[in-house]
Amino acid sequence: MKINKRSIPVGTLILTTVVLIGLITMILRYINGLGATTNLSDGRAWGLWISFDLYCGVALAAGGFTLAGIVYIFRREKYHAVARPAILTAFLGYTLVILALLVDLGQPWYIWRFLFNWNIHSPMFEVSLCVMTYTIVLALEFSPVVFEALSKSDLPIIKRFKWQIPMRIIRAIQIPLVIAGIVLSTLHQSSLGSMLLMMPETLHTLWYTPILPILFLNSAIAVGPAMVMFESTLSSRVFGHRLSLDIFSGLGKMTAYILSVYLLLKIVDLLARGDLTLIFTAYPENLLWWGEMVIGAILPIVLFSMPSVRQSRTWLFWTATLVVVGLIFNRFNVSMLALGIRPDFTYFPYWMEFAVSAGLVADAMLVIWLANRLLPMGPGNKEGAITEAGSN
Amino acid sequence: MSKAVLCDANKCIGCRACQVACKQWNEMPGETTTNTGSYENPPKTTAYTLTKVHFSEADYDGKFHWVFTKIQCMHCEHPACAAACLVGAFQKTEEGPVLYDDHKCIGCRYCMVACPFGIPAYQWDDPTPWVRKCTFCADRQTGGLKPACVTACPSGALKFSERDALIAEAHQRIAAEPSKYVNHVYGEEEVGGTSWLYLSPVPFDMLGMPVVGSEAVTVNVERAMGAVPPVLVGVAALMSGIYWLVKRRQGSGGAVTPDDKERVGVPK
Repeated sequence: MKINKRSIPVGTLILTTVVLIGLITMILRYINGLGATTNLSDGRAWGLWISFDLYCGVALAAGGFTLAGIVYIFRREKYHAVARPAILTAFLGYTLVILALLVDLGQPWYIWRFLFNWNIHSPMFEVSLCVMTYTIVLALEFSPVVFEALSKSDLPIIKRFKWQIPMRIIRAIQIPLVIAGIVLSTLHQSSLGSMLLMMPETLHTLWYTPILPILFLNSAIAVGPAMVMFESTLSSRVFGHRLSLDIFSGLGKMTAYILSVYLLLKIVDLLARGDLTLIFTAYPENLLWWGEMVIGAILPIVLFSMPSVRQSRTWLFWTATLVVVGLIFNRFNVSMLALGIRPDFTYFPYWMEFAVSAGLVADAMLVIWLANRLLPMGPGNKEGAITEAGSN
Repeated sequence: MSKAVLCDANKCIGCRACQVACKQWNEMPGETTTNTGSYENPPKTTAYTLTKVHFSEADYDGKFHWVFTKIQCMHCEHPACAAACLVGAFQKTEEGPVLYDDHKCIGCRYCMVACPFGIPAYQWDDPTPWVRKCTFCADRQTGGLKPACVTACPSGALKFSERDALIAEAHQRIAAEPSKYVNHVYGEEEVGGTSWLYLSPVPFDMLGMPVVGSEAVTVNVERAMGAVPPVLVGVAALMSGIYWLVKRRQGSGGAVTPDDKERVGVPK
């Protein structure tokens, strides 16, 4: 790898190892096929890669559009400092989703076919188109940071190019880009839920509801700020720059409001369908339901509502972690645990499936680490941030 | 008019000639299986076994029943696989068969997850895998032939004809001998109707047939997808509106004080 700086931290070394193991596993997958590298079967055709990399990956990258919306549409300047890391995380998240799909698809070399064979009635078609377009939007949203770094470079070849020009173009279309990002995210975050609407017979009644797309969007919006809190706390540990507590408590409060709406929707929906009693009777699935609701909604709402929690970085971090874990729990429930498997089949991911997923996450962490070293990512760059680009 | 097959479990003798005929016509390899103590073999339909006879032992109405049911793609009237497939590799043809096209598939396997009958199978052992399922012998049908399995059936358990005619006949058979049949034509209503119809002496859940509703599984998806265009326009308009409003309220200078909170309410 190209990271032969003076001292390589242990963390980076571990990450690199995980990335390499993931890479080798991916190569094995392409040589030997899905059957040899996964425990997938006709009974369980979607496994860890879809549940974790696609379903969780897309939702956890929601910080990109929620923060962009808060900062550029609602113009809450306070949160400007986290907009950059949020957009980078989202961009990496979507890149990983695409990479994971290239591993999971049976015929990844034919992925381009969806551009020429449209089934506009398929929610998955919509997800594919939105993920592709939104990844480009995110790249453009993040590009000023790269241009800014390039314009400061001392290398003669890079210096010769006028980086201010592309920077100015992006700045001019900044707001349309953000709006496009929000529209695309609204569509595909909800359509991931619509995809499951196809399974009224196999998805458990506790989760199957016509409002699944709305619940998916709502939970994604809630986990967006939580993920930003989670991730920037971790990176501030590693890179040393601290964000003001004000930002975190604000995000916490926001998450509590959004999660309250989510909780309300979940309960009212079950009530309206007349299935509320299932949360007590539908053993063992009800335990999964309670697990995701307590961890991902009830506890965080209570905690984020307490002023003492909102004044403590540690508490804020752990509460945000609860929201993230709860969301992962939810996405695993709807796409695997509460989704019926064909009779006489079982599924537990093969180690190679874990290796690929872990490798992809490590990829993202390495890139974030590199970005923090090479690009103007820190909160101190408020002036040079995306809307006011070209400060140099 | 669409074609269908009526599969009468009271007439099936479990000879599995249909399985063999299917393998022959589709040039499918045999599979290595182990003896499970049943005549049923192979244990499941796979990408290489598009149909099989399922053997059920059922205790019903004070009597013991050994029931044989042929399992294959049901060729739904409103197929989930076709609605799910992002590249439209599945098509429900007017004649009845639901057909799959290698030349469109990218291998996402949404069809396999979506199918309420758990039918589409994957070539897991192949590094370049495709989905495989019963084709209803669409190739034979266009040539004026019956499906291979129907041709091979020696006992008349499989009858190939127009769907409407077969539904009428199925009800006649039930009416003629109500003690021999449960009053249910499986496939008439299931998930909006299927091209394969079943008669049985015992309730169908005792045969391992999925208990499904009469509404097509695609209904809610269609509703959700219909909301996409208005949501697209609506969210774009809403966000533009909020941007314009907030900007006007904050003044065109744009200098925002950090604790300028609660002015615009809580962002969604």
